[in-house]
Amino acid sequence: MNLDLNEEQQLIQQTARAFAAAQLAPVAGPLDQGGDQQPFFDNLLKLAELGFMGLNVRAAYGGAEAGAVAFSVALTEIARACAATAVTLSVSNMVCELIQAIGSADQCRNYIPRICSGDYPAAAFALTEAGAGSDPAALTTSAVSDGAAWVLNGSKVFITSAPYAGVFVVWAVTDKQAPRGQGISCFLVEGGTPGLAIGKQEKKMGQHAAATNEIVFTDCRIPRSALIGRLNDGFRIAVSELAGGRIGIGSLALGVGLAATECAIRYALERKQFGQKLADFQAIQWKIADACTELEAARLLLMNAAFLKEQGRPFARAASMAKLFATESANRACYEALQIHGGYGYTADFPVERYARDVRVTTIYEGTSEIQRLIIARDVLRDFD
Amino acid sequence: MIFELNEEQSLIRQTVRTFAENEIKPDAAARDEAERFDRALMFDKLGELGLTGIIFPEAYGGAGADYISYAIAVEELSRVCASTGVTLSAHLSLAANPIYLFGSEEQKQRYLVPLAAGSKLGAFALTETAAGSDAGGTRATAVRDGDHWVLNGTKIFCTNGGEAELNIVFARSDKEAQKHHGISAFIVEKDSPGFSFGKKESKLGIRSSPTRELVFDHCRIPAGNLLGAEGSGFKIAMKTLDGGRIGIAAQALGIAQGAFEAARDYARERKQFDQPIAAFQAVQFKLADMATEIEAARLLVYQAAYKASAGQPYGKESAMAKLFASDVAMRVTVEAVQVFGGYGFTRDFPVERMMRDAKITQIYEGTNEVQRIVIGTAVTR
Repeated sequence: MNLDLNEEQQLIQQTARAFAAAQLAPVAGPLDQGGDQQPFFDNLLKLAELGFMGLNVRAAYGGAEAGAVAFSVALTEIARACAATAVTLSVSNMVCELIQAIGSADQCRNYIPRICSGDYPAAAFALTEAGAGSDPAALTTSAVSDGAAWVLNGSKVFITSAPYAGVFVVWAVTDKQAPRGQGISCFLVEGGTPGLAIGKQEKKMGQHAAATNEIVFTDCRIPRSALIGRLNDGFRIAVSELAGGRIGIGSLALGVGLAATECAIRYALERKQFGQKLADFQAIQWKIADACTELEAARLLLMNAAFLKEQGRPFARAASMAKLFATESANRACYEALQIHGGYGYTADFPVERYARDVRVTTIYEGTSEIQRLIIARDVLRDFD
Repeated sequence: MIFELNEEQSLIRQTVRTFAENEIKPDAAARDEAERFDRALMFDKLGELGLTGIIFPEAYGGAGADYISYAIAVEELSRVCASTGVTLSAHLSLAANPIYLFGSEEQKQRYLVPLAAGSKLGAFALTETAAGSDAGGTRATAVRDGDHWVLNGTKIFCTNGGEAELNIVFARSDKEAQKHHGISAFIVEKDSPGFSFGKKESKLGIRSSPTRELVFDHCRIPAGNLLGAEGSGFKIAMKTLDGGRIGIAAQALGIAQGAFEAARDYARERKQFDQPIAAFQAVQFKLADMATEIEAARLLVYQAAYKASAGQPYGKESAMAKLFASDVAMRVTVEAVQVFGGYGFTRDFPVERMMRDAKITQIYEGTNEVQRIVIGTAVTR
């Protein structure tokens, strides 16, 4: 065992931390309040230039080849300052890794460098539908071959980065007769393709700067070469690629939880009531101790999952445990941090109000906590066979 | 970063698991029922396996292994019998380790060597009736008389008490000093004149581990048995407990792992409404939460152990590991009993004992309330 980050990982963590403090933290509040979006895009481009869009991607495609552990620590640092930027980064990285894992050489050369370089501001992952959330096998968007092209029809909801994504990974039914989950395929659809419309932008509780939209396919024609991976293998692809994404979302949640806890500590050391600092009351010390302990456990679960992924070993259970625990403990940490701030925590004058809103979705997207528990339970029961 | 055990650590896991399954597990319930400490099995055999001094250099009769190996040994023993786990933890972390850390070379040769070899059993006597979480309230006294120290006072809740040949005893050597000042640590042999044993506690759990009162009535010990500098007892106690928390955290982890495995296996076998109860989401979710929390606890325990072996500060980490692992052990054992239903409440299944055993891990070697203060202070400093 060696639980220390190596030099390269430390360097990436420091770079991300410095960038987050200098560039992201000052604009995170205004972006959340609906201010000018330009800094958000400027920062995405700068992050791409720093190599953060393809952290776990081969250098040949413009990636940083930094590994899954570095990806996790970078995401956490970004999310400490701005969760909306972090989720955009997480999804773009996931799409890069998906294309690298199952794409043809042409697909890799065509798309990954554009995401990594910032040529595309972001990439999108279009799986969820109105009737297919936790149960993606129930999706109904269809892809029909007319010989020369695939024709997509249907709609997807809750698509992160949809209005500015350069490329979408889209799941659609290619064999309606196949048993559940066995007739779904995966496609790469470029932003701006005729027949792909960006629908309404969701008004959300948090992560405001990151757009979340419905997208609608109406006889959207994409070339035969847009199929990625094997025909009818899409469900398996979704399930396996989401495992990597879970490390991203868990790492993001950890970052928000740490940011909230840091604010709470700072506030508890300043604020006086009954003639002493809040930090001197055991009731407050305990909240802080519990948050720090749980977040430290979350960090280790994330590092463990990332290590297994980096080693090319099975990591789905570890990623689900990390995502479940990190997001649930980050939620607790944010609400307790808000509580420590008292009435001030409920106002937008303190960032903890935003953290508490931003963190909420982490137990929901990329697999709800309930789905993570099912994955974990199936796996631990399988061990027994 | 490397999140895997090395060869030596894996080998220790295999060896201790096999031993624990074959020899410790079969009579664990019977020992619990009878409140019987089986020293030949629960301690002497650990010595034969090289566990009683596992972290100490070979020059002192140890195995020269690291703290992770030690944590694994306590975890594997506690997975089947928490009483055996704490016997080792109290002996090694609380009695042998302060001699290793603070003893003179002569004390190490004379006392650490037999402790490490497992030919002598150790105990740690800090707690008094009025000095629990607040060790600064120590009232036992030590007065210098020529070539001897004379101890007076009573220690309670002493694990391995009455059985141990060597006891680390804390007493006030400077009457003028207040609170945590003026306390010294002493090595007291079992047959010292004026040293006797009082009440043996009857407990909720870890019933085959003896917990006893130690009574010092003008107990004379050689002047050379002062451990560390005079007046440095509080520091020695706190340093010792930092390491001890790794042992207790590992014990809690082992209890949780044992209860989880029992619940998982039972859920696969037990049928209700025509299907194994493991097929119900309500039961699956319990198992998923148990497995996740145990994994998190394991990583915290190994991280504290890793830091201890790497020479990095680990006080905060061992407090986090102890706090989290013991809370997990309590939650997991309570839920494991629930998975077993009415059967879980009977002594026919081990989860009943595990739930009783888990409770102490939230209390001893620093209550979880004290751990939270340790952590809270460390992060707000």
